[in-house]
Amino acid sequence: MNILVCISRVPDTATRILVGPDGKTIDTQGIKYVISPYDEYGIEEGLRLKEKNGGTVTAVTVGAEASTDILRTALAMCVDKAVLIKADTQKDSFFVAKNIAEYAKELNPDIIFMGRQSVDYDSLQMPSMLGEFLGIPSVSVVSKLVVADGKASAERDIEGGKEIVESSLPCIISCQKGLNEPRYPKLPDIMKAKSKPIEMKEPVQTDVKVTVLGMSIPLKQRIGKILSDSDADIDELVRMLHEDSKII
Amino acid sequence: MNKILVFLEGQKNTLKRTSCEAISAARTLSSAAGIPFAGIIINGSKEHVKCAGEYGMANVINAKHELMETYSSTAAAAILHQVIKSENVDVILFAGNAKGLELAPRVAAKLEAGYIGDCVGLGIEDGYIIAKKPVYAGKAQITAKVNSDIKVFSLRPNVFTATKSGESITMTTKDYAPNLSEDDKKAFVSALMKNEGKMDVLEADIIVSGGRGIKGAENYNLIESLASAFGAAVGASRAVVDAGWRPHSEQVGQTGKTVSPNLYVACGISGAVQHLAGMSTSKVIVAINKDKDAPIFKVCDYGIVGDLFTVVPKLAEKVKHLTGK
Ligand SMILES: Cc1cc2nc3c(=O)[nH]c(=O)nc-3n(C[C@H](O)[C@H](O)[C@H](O)COP(=O)(O)OP(=O)(O)OC[C@H]3O[C@@H](n4cnc5c(N)ncnc54)[C@H](O)[C@@H]3O)c2cc1C
Ligand SMILES: Nc1ncnc2c1ncn2[C@@H]1O[C@H](COP(=O)(O)O)[C@@H](O)[C@H]1O
Repeated sequence: MNILVCISRVPDTATRILVGPDGKTIDTQGIKYVISPYDEYGIEEGLRLKEKNGGTVTAVTVGAEASTDILRTALAMCVDKAVLIKADTQKDSFFVAKNIAEYAKELNPDIIFMGRQSVDYDSLQMPSMLGEFLGIPSVSVVSKLVVADGKASAERDIEGGKEIVESSLPCIISCQKGLNEPRYPKLPDIMKAKSKPIEMKEPVQTDVKVTVLGMSIPLKQRIGKILSDSDADIDELVRMLHEDSKII
Repeated sequence: MNKILVFLEGQKNTLKRTSCEAISAARTLSSAAGIPFAGIIINGSKEHVKCAGEYGMANVINAKHELMETYSSTAAAAILHQVIKSENVDVILFAGNAKGLELAPRVAAKLEAGYIGDCVGLGIEDGYIIAKKPVYAGKAQITAKVNSDIKVFSLRPNVFTATKSGESITMTTKDYAPNLSEDDKKAFVSALMKNEGKMDVLEADIIVSGGRGIKGAENYNLIESLASAFGAAVGASRAVVDAGWRPHSEQVGQTGKTVSPNLYVACGISGAVQHLAGMSTSKVIVAINKDKDAPIFKVCDYGIVGDLFTVVPKLAEKVKHLTGK
């Protein structure tokens, strides 16, 4: 099987976020970057499919030169090939999806794995968008997957339960926690990954569809009333929920 | 801007609450921008249309097709595309629920339009719709605008208030016969598994969640009885799910579900950033934790410093007294 995995480079999820001097993006000083956590499920699922059916796993990212670090991590997890589509400045999702689509048309994969969302802008759109640009179906937020007989059967959480979506191949799967346990790269593979080639591609340009006007750290306007565990205080809590917040 | 279209979803004999929230948001935008708004529902019923009317939506397009008896996101996108083109619509709103988050970007891509997902605010400035949206797991927020002629947005559930219009309006319903073939249905829902008898965190007004402080699966009945006193759904932190005490479907947070209930009660949860990512837009947050320095106390409205094993049963008793549940 010809498998494509799309990965995105994001600040480590525990990072403290500060607004940068432009007032529109984050202050990148001292930030440690990682593969967006959901994309690790995508890499793992791709590798498992390959181990079962044979084939190749290609990892692609759209980003600046610095993004080669996450491609090295993917290579250390033993993907066969890594591709960087160069984008020096911050681009919108439309640009990223169009460029991955261009590359995917060349590669012609049987299945494409992505994350449920990229935990930087949490844009929540790439899988469906890429699916549309390629004219193939996509299933979002998948926590269980069976690929057999030329089709995919994907389970996903919906409000009040789960649903199974059946899809023809090729298709796009956006990965949710629960799909698998991503492997840790082994030391020898980390060493080998350092000298593996990374294919560089020039991007196609697109119109800017979404413009960020400003970024702020939301102020937590919470009441912040701290009580003790005395009976009187528990009564007071119930009273406030009833009379002040009118929730119960 | 020309006309707003809201994607509506039915649930038995009413519209889903998230659809009513989207109608209310459309109503506000419509009066601010001075443009009309309408709804689109797929295989809707009279009751669905009536419900839209109660929320002040006078025009509903009912797209009917037998291929949509089982839902397909690719086919739904094809239908929406046809309706948007024929109605000359240029602003499209979706509820940011499981279906909307999957469908909206596909529709946007079909129209080569810009899309902003998971919005928590929409306003109009200088003729543009300005959207507010959480980024970096809610640690920051951006304001953004869509530049393309057609603009697509989805709204985070339970953030926009659904308000009935209180006026009686004359409804116009248009039946629409979309052009669909089997080829549009490359992916479709083949089975549905409802959480029988269990309320889902994504649908609940109140959520009571447990964390590692609960010490073991066998103690979760404490959380469950507090939840039942409130008439709430049960949630969990990742620590609890990873320990195998609760199913993943209950996990709240960055790798779980994003919820925004009227009340979120965190019992024995420390308040790690990844947990906060999933619940920080809740209207009221209550925390019960024995560590007075637990980070959850920094983001709560009401906190009780104490042992959950004594506080939770007492609280459940008192709430039950009030709610009678
Ligand atoms: C990429 C990534 C994604 C993640 N996604 C999520 C996610 O989606 N959801 C999530 O929840 N976490 C997530 N996490 C994990 C997160 O970082 C925390 O580890 C987790 O939230 C901790 O769960 P907890 O609060 O239950 O446990 P702990 O942090 O161990 O806290 C337990 C709390 O219980 C209190 N306590 C103990 N005993 C009692 C008692 N008797 N009475 C009252 N209080 C008591 C303690 O004081 C403590 O504050 C993620 C982490 C990473 C790296
Ligand atoms: N710059 C990027 N390069 C490659 N893949 C990306 C990029 N940004 C997002 N993706 C993929 O799209 C998924 C969803 O991201 P998003 O729609 O931006 O929230 C991510 O989990 C990745 O799999």
